[in-house]
Amino acid sequence: MTKIRKLLDVLTAPMLAITFSLIVTALILAAFGANIFEVFSKMYDYGTSTRSLTLITNTATTYYLSAVAVAIGFKMNIFNIGVNGQYRLAAMTAGAVAGWISMPGPLAAVVAILVAMFIGALWAGVAAWLKVARGISEVISTIMLNFIAIGIISYVIVQTNIGTEVKVNVRGTPKIQEGARLAGYALIDPKVKIYGFFFIAIAVGIIYWVVLNRTRFGYDLRASGLSPSAATASGVNSKRMTIYAMLASGAIAGLVGLPDLLGKEFSYTLNFPANYGFTGIAIALLGRNNPIGIAFGALLWAFLDVSSQILDLEGVPREIVTIMQGVIVLSVVVAYELVRRNRVKTQQQNVGKALAGAHANVSTSSEGSK
Amino acid sequence: MSETLNAVELVDICKRFPGVVANSNVNLKVRKGSAHAIVGENGAGKSTLMKILYGMQKADEGKILVDGKALVFESPSDAINVGVGMVHQHFMLADNLTVLENIILGSELKKGVKLDFAGAAKQVTDIAKRYRLELPLNEYVSELGVGDRQRIEILKVLYRGANILILDEPTAVLVPHEVDELFRALGDLKSEGITIIFISHKLDEVLEIADEITVMRAGTTVGSVNPKIQNVTAQDLAEMMVGSELPTPATTESTVTNNAVLVVNDLAVHTESGKAIVDHVSFKIHAGEIVGIAGVEGNGQSELLDALLGIVKSSGTVQFLEHNISNWPTRKRREHGIAYIPEDRQRQALLLEAPLWENRMLGHQTLPPNSKGFWLTPASAKSDTQRIVNEYDVRTPNIDVFASALSGGNQQKLIVGREMSGNPKLLIAAHPTRGVDVGAQAAIWDHLRAARAAGLAVLLISADLDELIGLSDSLKVILRGKFVADADPTTVTPQILGNAMTGAGAAA
Amino acid sequence: MARITLPQAKFVRILFFLLIGVTTLSLARTFADSGDLSSTGTFGAAIGLAVPIGLAGLGGIWSERSGVANIGLEGMMILGTFGAGWAGWQWGPWVAIAAAVTYGALGALIFAIVTVSFGVDQIIAGTAINILGLGLTQFLAKLAFENAPGGGQTQSPPVSALPSFTITEISEPLSALQKEGIFFISDAAGLLSGLFYQVSIITLIAIALFILTAFILWKTSFGLRVRSAGENPWAAESLGVSVYKYKYIAVTISGALAGLAGAYLAIVGTNVYREGQTAGRGYIGLATMIFGNWRPGGTAAGATIFGYINALQLRDESNIGGLTLLGAIILIGIAVLMVARGMRGTGAALGLLGAALMSAFLFTTKMPTEVALVAPYVTTLLVLATASQSLRPPAADGVIYRRGESH
Repeated sequence: MTKIRKLLDVLTAPMLAITFSLIVTALILAAFGANIFEVFSKMYDYGTSTRSLTLITNTATTYYLSAVAVAIGFKMNIFNIGVNGQYRLAAMTAGAVAGWISMPGPLAAVVAILVAMFIGALWAGVAAWLKVARGISEVISTIMLNFIAIGIISYVIVQTNIGTEVKVNVRGTPKIQEGARLAGYALIDPKVKIYGFFFIAIAVGIIYWVVLNRTRFGYDLRASGLSPSAATASGVNSKRMTIYAMLASGAIAGLVGLPDLLGKEFSYTLNFPANYGFTGIAIALLGRNNPIGIAFGALLWAFLDVSSQILDLEGVPREIVTIMQGVIVLSVVVAYELVRRNRVKTQQQNVGKALAGAHANVSTSSEGSK
Repeated sequence: MSETLNAVELVDICKRFPGVVANSNVNLKVRKGSAHAIVGENGAGKSTLMKILYGMQKADEGKILVDGKALVFESPSDAINVGVGMVHQHFMLADNLTVLENIILGSELKKGVKLDFAGAAKQVTDIAKRYRLELPLNEYVSELGVGDRQRIEILKVLYRGANILILDEPTAVLVPHEVDELFRALGDLKSEGITIIFISHKLDEVLEIADEITVMRAGTTVGSVNPKIQNVTAQDLAEMMVGSELPTPATTESTVTNNAVLVVNDLAVHTESGKAIVDHVSFKIHAGEIVGIAGVEGNGQSELLDALLGIVKSSGTVQFLEHNISNWPTRKRREHGIAYIPEDRQRQALLLEAPLWENRMLGHQTLPPNSKGFWLTPASAKSDTQRIVNEYDVRTPNIDVFASALSGGNQQKLIVGREMSGNPKLLIAAHPTRGVDVGAQAAIWDHLRAARAAGLAVLLISADLDELIGLSDSLKVILRGKFVADADPTTVTPQILGNAMTGAGAAA
Repeated sequence: MARITLPQAKFVRILFFLLIGVTTLSLARTFADSGDLSSTGTFGAAIGLAVPIGLAGLGGIWSERSGVANIGLEGMMILGTFGAGWAGWQWGPWVAIAAAVTYGALGALIFAIVTVSFGVDQIIAGTAINILGLGLTQFLAKLAFENAPGGGQTQSPPVSALPSFTITEISEPLSALQKEGIFFISDAAGLLSGLFYQVSIITLIAIALFILTAFILWKTSFGLRVRSAGENPWAAESLGVSVYKYKYIAVTISGALAGLAGAYLAIVGTNVYREGQTAGRGYIGLATMIFGNWRPGGTAAGATIFGYINALQLRDESNIGGLTLLGAIILIGIAVLMVARGMRGTGAALGLLGAALMSAFLFTTKMPTEVALVAPYVTTLLVLATASQSLRPPAADGVIYRRGESH
């Protein structure tokens, strides 16, 4: 009974937001004369084919990693807008290392993963250092570092020997050898494989949950986010915590490009997908930084992205789902804020009711007047 | 008619907050053109009363009369409109705006579409000259010191044409010569016919400036005196302020041992600008001893506690048992057995939006029953939370509710219970029973005494002088960051202690 | 009472900085043998590239001065580009401007509702606006332009041009003088002639808006109230200032300016709306705002510098060497000043960086163009890291203010 109540509490805000965005989307579609029901049912039919489901799983894998990276920062009120820069730089370096250095296949994959995490953490570490040592907001510094990362990548791929021509007129890191790829397994659809990284993403989610909820480090991180002053009084070194959180966020961000790199592209080119970081922010917000919430968020996002592919054929621009996603993000943060305020109030009332009559707590403390 | 002589009259004001009565049956008459002081202990309800008079809060019952007319204030603007202005204890200034901009904001003079800076500057300068409150009008506020900032606040009020000026603890933040300056300016204002309402608990200052003094205690006015006619001493006022009907924690026989638990030597904390907030203090606490520190709030107590916890930087040495902990980080100090009940529990001692059992871990997250090595142990933390809830009578439906859902008193009981767990060697406690109901207060006192008997060393800060005297084995008085007097709790009275705290006299 | 910074004094100071700037430029041009560093074309292009960045930065000033950190400028600018393209090909460039401004302002209004009324974190809301702005324009573009003559899924039909001005009598002789390559004089001539060469009407509007903003924010009571909302909203409210109202107005103006920046890209920069046209200029606008210390003058200077770097890179890759040298000279100069003022550590760090750039210039045959690409961002980070003491962001910038709650 209480479990169900709790679940309802958790789901209220995202459900409100998704419903609201469905209404907005429906209104927009209606305004342009589209058949709303048909649009949604087409999306559903297309999105639930085995091929689509595989693609959704793969896309969600990437989104999930990105959202976890963002969520680690959010847990202590750090806004890592720099996931874009971190994962691109990381994926390029990992691609270059795995492509250039000859190693036994599986070892190369492991090395690629470690390199990516290291580079992601390094790039996030710059922002962490600027914040701790120089007091620069990570929001600004990571935006700048995103652009600087683009410059560095362009330089490495275009101007140095690390980049080669992998396709006609497309420069990128050399193709990664067969053995080092994590192309995955054809589990749902015989023709399309589910990324090997899917399983790594699940592991990341489990580790994230365990570290956050079952370790001292996770407790310190959450305490810092809930109340920096109380965390400091409890013995948390806030500067060190900021650096750890940023490094952890960056390390996970480093993985974001790898599902595509090791599962499909095998080379980091200048056409590599560029905006997973912002998607991660949106999904982390929707999933409330909770590993399971994020998983649902990532799947929803991926479903919308994949199933909307059909819409262009139907004469409806598929970007309708981007609008839908934007509205979801905007309304979910408002909904969470309203639900939070409401919860604080009702809990106080409930406790008051449960204890009513037991004792009238009358005192003339100055507390009440603040 | 005597009615019209009163600039302000408050009749039977009552104000309740959830679970707390801040003001009850407050009656106050302030003569026109007088300086009227309102004195009382922390939490006596002075600030609430002034907020009501300035329209920041609405009284539940009672009448406000300004110049003989009954008025209802919905917002500060209403108060400003009838000439009531307030200088807040915490200044309401924008650092990156100039002095002039801060003063004229909201009531700007215009010249066409432009702001008439020159005209406004002339007006402000005129007012400033009249009351000798001159200021560099084009300077940024961030460049100015506390005394100047206060003058800006006063000018702000006068610029809006106020003839009734409320000052909330105006001297709390000033150094002595700034206090003299302020009093001179207030004298000038008074001679121009402006009524001054002045909140303070520094009795010597009050006697120096006030034409009339109203004393508040426990949310109500307990009497008025006229120091210019009657012969009133600081002792008399302190007696009225403190009263004597509160339950007293009975003193028990001494359990003080010879084992020093905490030895503090020449400890000092400085602000960024170099002012010593804690000014080179030294003291010792033995096992089984409670050392009480008496002082008016804001005289360095909070900083002293923060320094002992390693939260702020300090100079000097701190010896804890056999360790020199001067350079230890907070966590290491706490792990070695320093428990802490902070002053501001919501900010420093609780994670408001986390369940009670996670709050039980706070500050003890590296120790059993909360964790084992790297890992947290929620199951044992939960069962220990349940133990605290039972032993300390924390009233809550269960331990999964957020800390924010509990009343202030129950939050405090949880904190006390938490800090007394795990065999602390030293407890640093600020206002351990503030906002706690009478029954729980006695229980907390019992817990403290039992722990003391078992060898706990305690540093106690409290605004409740009876509590301080009743629990402590020895007392120190802190004033402007320095220990200015020692007192023997077996002989000292709250009145004498109150005098020492306000600098009005020496303690026994 | 006399103001501390007299207009004349300010004027002299600006002149002084210009003098030093041109001399440095002249030095770099001479040693790097890169005439384009101070050519009429470079300066003309620099101003053109600076306008959208500067307008976004100006939008940032409005919003952040009222205490709302506005990372959503990018999204509002995107809305502006679409508005300009959509209205422009049908009704001409003037309607295009009006539409762009309206679209940007509407985006800002949503942002204001979420941040001011609901009190949601401003960075989060800004990110959401960026996602929404992008999706909305991509969606609408397909509907509006796919079947339009000369349009496509991601591109609008061409918009007719706006008037632009060239004062040949001034521009040409100065341009000729510039080509002479005389130390200092030619560089100054290049700079001046660029100011009179093919100046778009929006550029003039932008300059007027910078002056107007400075006037409104610092010389009117409306402006004082907007700034007070960003400095200490609690104080403002206690004096009867309706903080919400001023935040709403300021944020909406912010979006309108971002929309105008979008209009410039779609009408003047190119002559179509094109997907991805803003290319992060909203963020660069924020950077120029920080660089300019949240003030119009500094922001304009920052935008011009960023535009200049951009122009050099676009015109000729061989300019990068000169740019590197220029950067090295400036860094070493600042480093010397800092060390002289006692800031040894920071000065030494900057000096090392300058020396590194200098040796890169001396010992490599060709500098990569990416140097110009990252220069604006590195500069912003350097400014933040070294000069944060002298930056004065609004004190309550980014702070969630809720009416009636104490802080």
